[in-house]
Amino acid sequence: MMWDFLMHNSPALIIAVPLFAAFFTPVIGRFSKKAMYAWVVGAMIFTEFLVLILLYTVYTYGTQIYVFGARPYSMAIPPDSGGIPVRIIFTVDSMSVFMAFIAATVGLAGAIYSVACEKGQSGQEKYYALVLLMIVGMLGMVLTGDMFNFFVFLEINSLASAALVSYRINKGVSVEAAFKYAVVSAIGALMILFAIGILYGEYDALNMAMIASRMQFTTLDKIAMALILVTLAMKCGSIPMHFWVPDGYGKAPGAISAMLVAASQASLYGLFRMCFTVFGLAASHITLGYFLIILGLISMFVGVTMALVQHDIKRLMAYHAVSQTGYMLLGVGVGLATWGTPAFSQYGFAAMEGGIFHIINHAMYKGLLFLTAGAVIYRVGTSDLNKMGGLAHSMKYTTIFFIIGALSIAGIPPFNGYASKLMIYESVYQFNPLLAVIAMIVSILTLASFVKVFHSAFMGPKIYPDVKEVPKSMLAGMAILTFFIILFGIFPQLAITYLVQPAASALANPIGYISRVLGGGP
Amino acid sequence: MISIFYLASLALIAIGLYIVISKKNLIKIIIGINMMDVGVNLLLISIGYVYGGTAPIENANYAKYVDPIPQALVLTAIVIGVSVMALALTIVIGIYRKTGSIELDEILEVEE
Repeated sequence: MMWDFLMHNSPALIIAVPLFAAFFTPVIGRFSKKAMYAWVVGAMIFTEFLVLILLYTVYTYGTQIYVFGARPYSMAIPPDSGGIPVRIIFTVDSMSVFMAFIAATVGLAGAIYSVACEKGQSGQEKYYALVLLMIVGMLGMVLTGDMFNFFVFLEINSLASAALVSYRINKGVSVEAAFKYAVVSAIGALMILFAIGILYGEYDALNMAMIASRMQFTTLDKIAMALILVTLAMKCGSIPMHFWVPDGYGKAPGAISAMLVAASQASLYGLFRMCFTVFGLAASHITLGYFLIILGLISMFVGVTMALVQHDIKRLMAYHAVSQTGYMLLGVGVGLATWGTPAFSQYGFAAMEGGIFHIINHAMYKGLLFLTAGAVIYRVGTSDLNKMGGLAHSMKYTTIFFIIGALSIAGIPPFNGYASKLMIYESVYQFNPLLAVIAMIVSILTLASFVKVFHSAFMGPKIYPDVKEVPKSMLAGMAILTFFIILFGIFPQLAITYLVQPAASALANPIGYISRVLGGGP
Repeated sequence: MISIFYLASLALIAIGLYIVISKKNLIKIIIGINMMDVGVNLLLISIGYVYGGTAPIENANYAKYVDPIPQALVLTAIVIGVSVMALALTIVIGIYRKTGSIELDEILEVEE
């Protein structure tokens, strides 16, 4: 009874639980700080549990739809509506639930990590309320099947993120970074709303599946497509539009940087969803595919070269986040460029799998690296690499976690970065050898840059004699992400079978997505 | 007839974008964002407008009704626009307290 209820309503509950918890957090925080921590972490664990239920449901029974306000909840098109889906519909396919798993896991690790890390700060009630709202935004963006709903969740996510970037308001630079982020994301979201207005005016629909099935691909559609794709490419931090990333990631508190990675990936999901499902059937695959490939190449190369010269630990990691986003764009871009040709089954699908697998790996190891950077800053009080040194003497566990994260991002076996990068190299090499060579060079430069960080922060004589290991809850947050890094590194087949391959085939099958919503399909 | 609304909304968006790009005063940047917001909302409303139509409530005197969905969208978009404005203004207050200025080129000198 209870199980059935949870299973049927999990798409709605995944949004409702953190949203309810967010607005209740300040009330509980009034009475007891300890109860508030338990409340926030409990809400996140429950959300993660619901995501796992949804993951099981989608893996077993295929794409789920959840229609708000309808009875039965799976009735997408009411009999008297004339074939138009009138309600807000959540369309949860394997790709959506894959992204929801990332958002919930990184959110859980971030929430546990924050408990100790932000203990001394004032305004914690607001901090946790915003953290939960940010997670609601991410989860909503990846689960929804409605264009306007996507815009609303994008805005919830950007507003909460901007407020959290400015959380350390006593440091002037973080406020300035937050203003940049707020302005950039506000303009981006307005452009998406503009595009939604164009699409609604033409096709009389807001549902992604309905718009995709009615797509004529006129000049207006091309304008709308350009607005949406460029905005989402900006929100995921690819190179020509990356200027907010180093500031936003670099100035936020440690846990928030890790969660911003997951938030950018929700935008990346939006980019892929629009490319494949909404515009994929009408637009030219070659053009869209090369758009993603070129964005990916520039991001990879420029991101890593900019990272080499940084001497601020979090700014350096932020440029690496830009660079790693390039791998995902490259992998999925190769898949899109070969989509519909015989090459797709030869190596295009493998490239997509590699790109999508890299999304989850990146969220885990980059989240872990940001958490270790936050731990270092928590103890040392500076983010300047030139002033650090010898931390391995006193922060043993943090050092181990950092080594695991750094080896993983550089693509060294047996960690998860190796698994997905190898898939990308192999398949992209068959598409164009030059691209694979560039990807490998970028990987080597990444390793060089992290060797520099490791050496200047953790090696050398003991400069800070009174530094201790960070509190247990911070280590627990890092351990959650490390668990997935090692799990996916040693058993990549596990992740590929249950998570990545269903996600890639769901993304490459827009007709299945459309017919699931509009009826006629399984 | 309706194309006038479209042109006006495009003009508002363009003016707002120009303000955001060219002005150095943070308050003016926020005003620019707000103008873009108004422009996009006008576009949405005018998409659903039917010439000579009335509010979509059963009424024997009218045969035409305007489309209610864009109005619902715009209500939501207005609320979101106000929260973006409120957040941006809060951040500007924080910047002013920290640096004593809201001019971008003066703030950049104070930074770090």
